[in-house]
Amino acid sequence: MKPAVFSYSAPESIEEALGLLAEHGSEAKVLAGGQSLVPLLNFRLARPAHIVDINGIGELSYISSNGSLRLGALTRLTAVEESGDVSSGHPIITRAVSHIGHRAIRNRGTIGGSLAHNDPAAETPALLLALDSEVTARSAGGERTLSAQELVGDRFFETSLGDDELLTEIRIPALAASSGWGFQELSRRHGDFALAGVAAVVTMDGGAISSAALGAFGGAYAARLPEAEAALVGAEAGEAAFAAAGERAAAEFPTTSDVHGSEEYRRHLIGVLTGRALAEATSNTGGENG
Amino acid sequence: MAETITVVLDVNGVGKEISVEPRKTLADAIREDLGLTGTHLGCEHGVCGACTVLMDGEMVRSCLLFAVQGAGAEITTIEGIGDGGELHPMQRAFSEYHGLQCGFCTPGMILAGIDVLRRNPDPGPQEIREEMGGNICRCTGYQKIVESVQAAAAEMSKEGVSA
Repeated sequence: MKPAVFSYSAPESIEEALGLLAEHGSEAKVLAGGQSLVPLLNFRLARPAHIVDINGIGELSYISSNGSLRLGALTRLTAVEESGDVSSGHPIITRAVSHIGHRAIRNRGTIGGSLAHNDPAAETPALLLALDSEVTARSAGGERTLSAQELVGDRFFETSLGDDELLTEIRIPALAASSGWGFQELSRRHGDFALAGVAAVVTMDGGAISSAALGAFGGAYAARLPEAEAALVGAEAGEAAFAAAGERAAAEFPTTSDVHGSEEYRRHLIGVLTGRALAEATSNTGGENG
Repeated sequence: MAETITVVLDVNGVGKEISVEPRKTLADAIREDLGLTGTHLGCEHGVCGACTVLMDGEMVRSCLLFAVQGAGAEITTIEGIGDGGELHPMQRAFSEYHGLQCGFCTPGMILAGIDVLRRNPDPGPQEIREEMGGNICRCTGYQKIVESVQAAAAEMSKEGVSA
């Protein structure tokens, strides 16, 4: 239970970190909060030759809001959870983050690290998919913008980031005034990884749903649920529409069996949680529960 | 011999310079290099909470940090919470209310309990259970731990002590 030997650097600027990543390439691993990486190192499931510890890069930690939200990749989960800027415009993020691990984990864990680790049972990737987020990835050669889908879509425990790239910022668009949100997750104990979970954002036009975004986790990989979303557009908000969407969600979610739950059980959960998340979302449209 | 890095760790108000491999966890450095064996290691992968310490006042898992990352931070371990020979009110409560049996999880439990009270001086039993869910005890069944934290909360509020 001790990590294999590695060499270590602690850059103090993004440029310095990018230089190290360019130099070490696939031999290097970025250490952010370390709440997922260090267990892998301790188990020697990961044996990088070089660790680039970005915790000393202050410019990677910030929360900035002007309707849309910008989060520095190194922002600690506790800071996100306790931010008034986050909870006033995007309360779904506050709720989702409160489900990530335990307080001691959130004190170190970072929003960018959680996204880049892309654990299929983690809240962050599915949440950011549902919110149509985008990220900035920087390398010594320049920077690019990727949608959350391009970053994590159809992948598990990896992203489309290159070995020389660093995730620097996550941007989440403002939610429409007529939108509502729901976040539902089932885990065996509070703070455990989810057996299944669903993040929902719906926009209403009177009593009808004009658009819906669903991000699900706890299966083979975090995924949007496009068939369930399509079924909701134009439907009257209510039990019948939620149940129909839940059925589609259960059918389309890429789930899997493991020691914590069978594929069939998880599929069932995704259906139920989709319905609950939609009921929650349509009951708080217009910012009623802020 | 692998590369070592010299780092000054400030633990319980005492700075000490040590030379460690970068792969050495903060928990191992606290125990082996500083000789403070009150910090326990259970799972060594961030699940059990036994190695909980406070870093700049925030509770963290010392098995998921490297010693070199502790430079510049004020670290508090179980040895640092009492006042000289006096137990911290949380320690007294664990003793009086049987919040421990074998004692292995206790250092982490006590620091986690202090962290709970720092954020809410008067938590209910359900909140204590949720907030301390990251610390595992295999002896007590948790009932006595919850009672201990509540008793400490009452005592500290009476004494006007903040966590």
